[in-house]
Amino acid sequence: MDRVFLLYLNVFVVATCGLVYELLAGTLASYVLGDSVTQFSLVIGVYLSALGVGAWLSGYVESQLVRRFIEIEFAVALIGGLSAPLLFLAFGRVSPFQPVLFGMVFLIGILVGLELPLLMRIVQDKVAFKDLVSRVLALDYLGALLASVMFPLLLVPKLGLTRTSLLFGLLNAAVGLWATGLLRPMLTGSVLGLRVQGLFVVVVLVLALVQADTLTQLAEQELYADTIVHTQSTPYQRIVVTRGPAGFNLYLNGHLQFASVDEYRYHESLVHPAMILKGSPRRILVLGGGDGLALREILRWPSVRAVTLVDLDPGMTGLSATFPPLTELNRHAFADPRVQVVNQDAFLWAGKPSDAADDTAYDTAIIDFPDPSTYSVGKLYTTRFYRMLRARLTPDATVAVQCTSPLFARSTFWCIVRTLEASGFVVRPYHVPVPSFGVWGFALARQTPFDVPGESPISMPDGLRFLTAATLPGLFVFPTDLGPVPVEVNRLDNQVLVRYHDTEWSRFEGSY
Amino acid sequence: MPARPHRRELLLSFLGPAALAGLGGCDRRDVPLPPGTLVGTSVDLGHRLRDRRCPIIPTSQAWESCDTLIVGGGVAGFAAAWRLARAGVTDFQLWELESELGGTSRSGQSPTGGYPWGAHYIPAPMPENRLLVTLLTEMGIVEGHTTDGVPVIGEQFLCRDPQERVFFRGRWYEGLYLHIGASPEDIAQLTRFQHAVSSWANWRDGRGRRAFTIPMAVGSDDPTVTALDRLSMSDWLAQRQFTSPRLLWLVDYACRDDYGLRTEQTSAWAGLFYFASRLPNGSAEAEPLITWPEGNARLVHHLAKKVGSERVHTGWAVTDIHPVRTHGQEHLAVTALSQDGQRVRGVRARRVLFAAPQFLARYLIRPFREQPPAYLSSFAYGSWMVANLHLQDRPRGRGFPLAWDNVLYESPSLGYVVNTHQLGADHGPAVFTYYYPLTDADPRSARSRLLGTDRDSWADVILTDLAMAHPNIRAHTHQLDVMRWGHAMIRPTPGFIWGGDRPRAQQPFMGIHFAGADLSGLPLFEEALYHGVRAAEEVLQESGKLLNSWL
Repeated sequence: MDRVFLLYLNVFVVATCGLVYELLAGTLASYVLGDSVTQFSLVIGVYLSALGVGAWLSGYVESQLVRRFIEIEFAVALIGGLSAPLLFLAFGRVSPFQPVLFGMVFLIGILVGLELPLLMRIVQDKVAFKDLVSRVLALDYLGALLASVMFPLLLVPKLGLTRTSLLFGLLNAAVGLWATGLLRPMLTGSVLGLRVQGLFVVVVLVLALVQADTLTQLAEQELYADTIVHTQSTPYQRIVVTRGPAGFNLYLNGHLQFASVDEYRYHESLVHPAMILKGSPRRILVLGGGDGLALREILRWPSVRAVTLVDLDPGMTGLSATFPPLTELNRHAFADPRVQVVNQDAFLWAGKPSDAADDTAYDTAIIDFPDPSTYSVGKLYTTRFYRMLRARLTPDATVAVQCTSPLFARSTFWCIVRTLEASGFVVRPYHVPVPSFGVWGFALARQTPFDVPGESPISMPDGLRFLTAATLPGLFVFPTDLGPVPVEVNRLDNQVLVRYHDTEWSRFEGSY
Repeated sequence: MPARPHRRELLLSFLGPAALAGLGGCDRRDVPLPPGTLVGTSVDLGHRLRDRRCPIIPTSQAWESCDTLIVGGGVAGFAAAWRLARAGVTDFQLWELESELGGTSRSGQSPTGGYPWGAHYIPAPMPENRLLVTLLTEMGIVEGHTTDGVPVIGEQFLCRDPQERVFFRGRWYEGLYLHIGASPEDIAQLTRFQHAVSSWANWRDGRGRRAFTIPMAVGSDDPTVTALDRLSMSDWLAQRQFTSPRLLWLVDYACRDDYGLRTEQTSAWAGLFYFASRLPNGSAEAEPLITWPEGNARLVHHLAKKVGSERVHTGWAVTDIHPVRTHGQEHLAVTALSQDGQRVRGVRARRVLFAAPQFLARYLIRPFREQPPAYLSSFAYGSWMVANLHLQDRPRGRGFPLAWDNVLYESPSLGYVVNTHQLGADHGPAVFTYYYPLTDADPRSARSRLLGTDRDSWADVILTDLAMAHPNIRAHTHQLDVMRWGHAMIRPTPGFIWGGDRPRAQQPFMGIHFAGADLSGLPLFEEALYHGVRAAEEVLQESGKLLNSWL
């Protein structure tokens, strides 16, 4: 009877592991492909049908039931355990990704589906059939409950997808090895071969676990609160996308670029004031902004005829054009025929002699560079750069510049404003609360004096979630602690901005 | 790579024992040397001319005539030609030995843009430097003047920040002075040195002249100042109890960088000139630097464009300058040999503007050849090796990021400058220009070491040196070309600048007018510009065409 009880425990573990693999596949698919309802629905459907296929196939297993059962256990351990890391690896390398995903889900499902029928046949001689069916099925469903509770509350937040996957694979393999002892009397022939197989699986999974911990992805994982769903190193930067309960975050070189939960506040505020001030903007220049979120806001304006986006990194614009969570968020902005992407350092792009014909000049420029934390980015905030930019604009063009936080980096913020002024722009700074970033600052600029938009009736596109005509003028009012401070102008030959930024943000580095 | 037999000796000779100590870990001889060529000056032709081993008599139909012949197409020659052209003179020619213009301000071209083969920056001019302000205004580099009359330089021409970094024991640090680990005594001595320099910058003689000016001709010749020339820079430092190693390094670096000399070889006048001439009145901040991807070749190319190509003849080595009198007319018969050594031509000129270094005067000017003036022997020239490393990508380094000028504290080289820095291109391929002055006490031994070392050996020295800071530099470098400058620059050793020989060499001789930075004793663009224009104005004065002097 003891042996039978232990076999029931075995059923419980097998059931738990099986559901964990299913949840892993569903979560991973919704992380990397977006649209979680579809992904979960498909994964569950494919998995359950595979269970059925496995159960049906179990009928063809005629002899050596125990040996087959343990072998299947090891196969589940190996494939299920490696499923999450393999799928993550495949996502970046295999296109289309769905066949790999569902193939993996189907394979695991078949193997798990084989397990219970075989186990029931193994113990059928020792227990009454009614007891067997009731207990095995009850434990199967209980195991599922345990898995579905642990998965979101404990496993994903504490271990992440990759380590959860590998650990449950190890658990599966351990159960298989244990069974070689437990079911020894029912095994014909030597158990040595089976145990070698089991140890092999354990070694592979342990190596993967050790390796995963030393891999950048998981070492990197420590830096981020949420699960990393995509990483990519380009010649220019390290791109990391994380997924948490509230949505996506995009990080470049460890700096948060946006959080999907509140990026609309940032991007609406970056884009629309300049567009409103221009009125019927037609030819738009975007500098930086490789995530395509500023593009999304620009394309809300029916007057827009052409948008040129200049971003250094083809890796970034490529990801934004193809990575489903990003394309969903930027509403496939890169697929819009009006959008032209130029992958070049904006400094070199701006310095190229333009054709100077009026029809190539831009009437609105949206500047969304990363914060000036390095000299190579700092040059994009200099008087030289802004003067080169002016040569690319129509005389009445409007410009919006992201200027970091006037609260955390007050000198940095005002330095950008003063630098724009020294370059021949009239500047009206404004600020917006973006919870993920804090108080964020922007500069609205034009070569001639202008009134803050919103003071007279304005037209703006529908569907905005943050900006309204009534609240717009208020953004241009600065409370005392954000007000101007005396600063130098940022020039190529002094790069004071990088020094301001370094000094000011380093005070907060511990807490961010 | 086949092991060269004397690699240890080679590295020891050029990099010192520190390089050998580092060979264990960083030696990447498994990575083959990148390909490249020796881009040298025409050493062979030069030496054949010196030894008169070439045909020198043109046939009678190969003679032409012109009013003024300029010998030498470096900065001084083109400055002279520019001045003549701007005065409306058309009857002149310029002959240059090399096929490339610019002398030591020459440049090369790569897909990443131009890169220098020699001089690569000038300090922004003070208003007193009228000549340079004139040139830079013509080039659109000076964009206007402040209310105080100080020229305003276009931002894109001023060296982009970060300007310098220094590598020390595994890490790069910002700036040229090694601040990391400096003791309070070190900092106190640095401050005291800076005060000494600014007091010289603010010093005025009885006529209100500064002690150190660019060009030096408008500065003071007061004995208080000229007495400095009798000391070496290291004596001057020792007399004032400057002992801080990192300060002594900074001054030594400055002497090697500007003059190719160590502090003990450099005249204290020249050593102080380096620091004080760049300090504007009453300022603690030196004038910013103006630079271009291709270095000072930008300036030469502008001058050459203004002169026009029809009067410039490259690839012609002047072999003889002979003052003659025919039919009662005095003129100069000048012959030249084509670079391939096959053709000879001659010109009868009313005047020759000798814009070549003084060491050539004794070989080219016939009366000097027969009886060299004594003063010529005090003109001595240092040897330099300059290499250009074409890189697929920037090598990683620890610490402060890539700057324009990247200096290795523990290396006898001067480090490297990056050609893409001023363009604002911060990613991808770049050309690093690496400078190595040979500071041997005897210039002849330096020259024989320079010329006795082939391209591969130089490449090995350079890559071993840079591997200290960039262990993967060999793998990143896909081409490495080497230029061996035998007579790179005049050596301002103690006693030369104010010893009296310079003004003698500057005196016109039988229709020959002399130009060249060596006449100042300072190897600077501004001095070459000054003497080129000065000599051209002498010519204009003689022919009554000088309306107003630019000096």
